[in-house]
Amino acid sequence: MMDVLPYLVAAWVFLVGCYGLATSRNLIHAVGCLAVCQAATYVLLLAVGYRKGGTSPVFADFTPGARAVVDPVVQALALTDVVVGATVTALLLALVIQVAKRHHTLDPDELSELRG
Amino acid sequence: MNRRLRMWVLLLGLAGTAALLVAAAFRLPAFGTGFHPYGDRAVHEALARQTANTVAAVNFDQRAFDTLGEETILFAAVLGTVVLLRQARDERHVEPAPADVAAPVRRYALVLLPVTLVAGLYIVAHGQLTPGGGFQGGVVAATALHLLYIAVDYRALERIRPLGLFEVGDAAGEAAYLVIGVAGLLAGSSYLANTILPHGTFNTLSSGGTVPLLNAAIGMEVACAVVVLLARFLDQAVEIEGEGANEGENEGEGERT
Repeated sequence: MMDVLPYLVAAWVFLVGCYGLATSRNLIHAVGCLAVCQAATYVLLLAVGYRKGGTSPVFADFTPGARAVVDPVVQALALTDVVVGATVTALLLALVIQVAKRHHTLDPDELSELRG
Repeated sequence: MNRRLRMWVLLLGLAGTAALLVAAAFRLPAFGTGFHPYGDRAVHEALARQTANTVAAVNFDQRAFDTLGEETILFAAVLGTVVLLRQARDERHVEPAPADVAAPVRRYALVLLPVTLVAGLYIVAHGQLTPGGGFQGGVVAATALHLLYIAVDYRALERIRPLGLFEVGDAAGEAAYLVIGVAGLLAGSSYLANTILPHGTFNTLSSGGTVPLLNAAIGMEVACAVVVLLARFLDQAVEIEGEGANEGENEGEGERT
């Protein structure tokens, strides 16, 4: 069970985020749910790269080869993921501000009409 | 589609996705496996280039071109936010009022400001040695400036934050990354290749070839980008006021009296 548990946790976090996104009644809440979905990818990436007994792949305080290290490639991907997630969140929140100004509501269900 | 029907469609979709994800999870290599062919090769290459932080080596050496894309996403998102959050025609600019700050908060934030700034720069400079780098350090350094907003008020922050300069800094960071890439081309190898500088001694500040330079470029871009982003959001909260909303209120009051 332990062999797949982290992957299942990632799947669960993703699905919870999707559920929140689909049932959200507030756009700021929806942006938060998107961040939850994205958090699932961090869990998945780091789970894929883990090596039993491995330490961080940074050789500042031990000689290379002395200890097993986890996969640095997925850690770099997780960093990319975090940066992209933060920028997308900022852009979406900017859009939410504009929606709130023009339509005076944050409920996505009330945003059915077009307005200039 | 009413809410109830929508809920059923959603649950159906979630159940299907869950089934697929669970099925996929059991086919993945077991958690904690010792078989990491890409990781082993990445570590080997990083050590060959004298970079102690192999994550930085992956980001700024082996996958430097992908990081260029990532940086461009950041740049584009900041540009988009600046365009979206500009002052609209029906809005006016109000001067931020001076604010009272509790003395302990003021002391704490003012003490922490230089410490945070130095920590941010340290994290950028040691990106090739210890965990951290341009992205992380840049955010820390940008946060340091905003401690002034907590310690004093918005006017103090605006005084030390010439926004035009930070916008130029954002673009200059992005441009520096591109130029370092072109330097690789001019040196006779490929774009963003880590061959133009000596790789130095392992575990020293000058090790890693172009990795520290690219880290510095990213650090500058990220710090400036975060300052510009937060400035736009803070302007919305502090300085920009919708005239329409106020007029509406006034008219309503007029009718009532």
